[in-house]
Amino acid sequence: MTLRTLKALMLRLGFWLLVAVLMVYAIFPFYYAVVTSLKPSSELFEVSYWVDSLDLANYATVLSQPTFLAAIRNSVIVAVSVVIIALLLGLTAAWALGRVRFRGRTTVMMTVLGVSMFPQVAVLSGLFEVIRTLDLYNSPGGLILSYTIFTLPFTVWILTTFMRQLPDELEEAAIVDGASPWVTLTKVFMPLLWPAMATTGLLAFIAAWNEFLFALTFTLTDSQRTVPVAIALISGGSQYELPWGPIMAASVIVTVPLVVLVVIFQRRIVSGLTAGAVKG
Amino acid sequence: MAGVRLERVNKRFGATRVIEDVSMEIGDGEFVVFVGPSGCGKSTLLRLIAGLESITHGDLLIDEARVNNLTPQERGIGMVFQSYALYPHMNVYQNIAFGLKLAKADRQTVDERVRQTARILQLDTLLERLPKALSGGQRQRVAIGRAMAREPKILLFDEPLSNLDAALRVQTRNEIAGLHKRLGSTMIYVTHDQVEAMTLADRIVVLNAGHVEQIGTPRELYERPASRFVAGFIGSPRMNFVSVEARAGNDDGCRVEVPGVGERELPQRLPENAVGERLELGVRPEHLRPTAAPEGEGIGIVNVEYLGSEAYLYLEMADGELLVCRTEAPSRFERGERVTLDFDADRVHLFDRDGHALPLAHHTGAARHTEQEPS
Repeated sequence: MTLRTLKALMLRLGFWLLVAVLMVYAIFPFYYAVVTSLKPSSELFEVSYWVDSLDLANYATVLSQPTFLAAIRNSVIVAVSVVIIALLLGLTAAWALGRVRFRGRTTVMMTVLGVSMFPQVAVLSGLFEVIRTLDLYNSPGGLILSYTIFTLPFTVWILTTFMRQLPDELEEAAIVDGASPWVTLTKVFMPLLWPAMATTGLLAFIAAWNEFLFALTFTLTDSQRTVPVAIALISGGSQYELPWGPIMAASVIVTVPLVVLVVIFQRRIVSGLTAGAVKG
Repeated sequence: MAGVRLERVNKRFGATRVIEDVSMEIGDGEFVVFVGPSGCGKSTLLRLIAGLESITHGDLLIDEARVNNLTPQERGIGMVFQSYALYPHMNVYQNIAFGLKLAKADRQTVDERVRQTARILQLDTLLERLPKALSGGQRQRVAIGRAMAREPKILLFDEPLSNLDAALRVQTRNEIAGLHKRLGSTMIYVTHDQVEAMTLADRIVVLNAGHVEQIGTPRELYERPASRFVAGFIGSPRMNFVSVEARAGNDDGCRVEVPGVGERELPQRLPENAVGERLELGVRPEHLRPTAAPEGEGIGIVNVEYLGSEAYLYLEMADGELLVCRTEAPSRFERGERVTLDFDADRVHLFDRDGHALPLAHHTGAARHTEQEPS
């Protein structure tokens, strides 16, 4: 074996080693949660890295709690609403910012970006007052409102960037065909923006699904909580007991929808959909 | 089908004047081509007619009705874009049907129109395909189909052939000409390619820096250009220009001193007090007649281009100016030889210092109508 092939081999080995480290770093916590959730509570603190028992008792415990089911329902309502509202507003805003020439367009874009710079805590008390005034306290509406505020900036930015890439002549062709701006947006641009919309929608969904601070602050009763808060508030029989088994089972349950969504939309994120639109 | 009239149309982008006082009349069923160098405003003028840009000043009339503030669809126009701009997510059928559906035509009418359009353009077998699965020429036809499916009164083409390769361009050019005969609708076509302009147009509009240089049939433009610009723009290889001196003039014509040729009688009438002035003589390459020169005289040939059916001689004048001369192929002359030049007096053009063509003495000038004087 020459030095050169040895070097190539070592490089390749190093590469895969690095990939392995990254994989473990990213996936191991979740993997360990899955393993833990499948253990009976008696074995919880025995360290083992393989699934050696298939005990679904923890899942049964979690799913039999009505508050947890309500939390899942709330989370779904909130996250789906946020995605729909963010995409609708984001798409229309992106059309205006990406396609219509008007004075102060850059200023608007910068303002939109500026909004996303504030940390959540900074606006927490102010937002609390707003939600109280709007009578949205302790209801999904309050969460939808606050999450939308934080998801809109990147939705608008990403969609605007994509919108600008679409050829001008496409819009003009639609205008000549007699399409109104709304028809152009929904019938011509939206199908072409699917990849971007899937990406931004997914990000918005994840943000809304995982959010904790607002969810804790703006809700009061068990029936209105979302999943992250509900999991944090799962308590054991006494203050000295943390029910790790059910907590892990709940975590796995709420992670599954995200994984499924990513897998589904990954296919939709096809680039080059506009290929064939212009030139040839 | 409809006539179009432009009355002193102006367009400004900010302080830049893109179109200046353009007036013209386009007849019902006419095929009019706008040509000009890039940046002359020809595409902008088309977009003004289409309604994709707003007119700053002036009136646009279609069928004698002012349409300045109407949408493209209300104006009844169809447009073929340079990049085709087909909807990439729709198949050929949907692309053609899109405008019809928006016009709220019932399903049966839509279907009939789409299929009829597809038949005319030989797209029948491609209706289910997406644009990305089509060749350049096919996309071009779909774009035309989409524009004509609504049966617009006026069809606009914005450099539709510039993305096609040479062979396909000739073929599609013929198809468009055939389509115009068949549909009989008014067509306005923008191109920078003078061959397209000459072959397709009933009338050509030559634009330069936002104003109309000349409007006329291809033959009028070629044989009686109204200005030096038109003379140089139409024709390939371009017209030769030689600086000459006016010697004498009367009602029957004039006499000019042509360097390298000598004094010549020409049929143009000189303007007042032009004797002694410098004028510009324009001769097309095919109207120059070279003959072998005696030793030490004449003009040197610096290059000979052989094109199969003809040959071009490049001659260098004493002042370094290059002249092109079209001769039969193979040429009798070779590089380095010297020739004397001659031309038919009634085949040449004279331009004054502002670039305007001088009128013929025995000609009323009807063939050289400019709708408007270049400023």
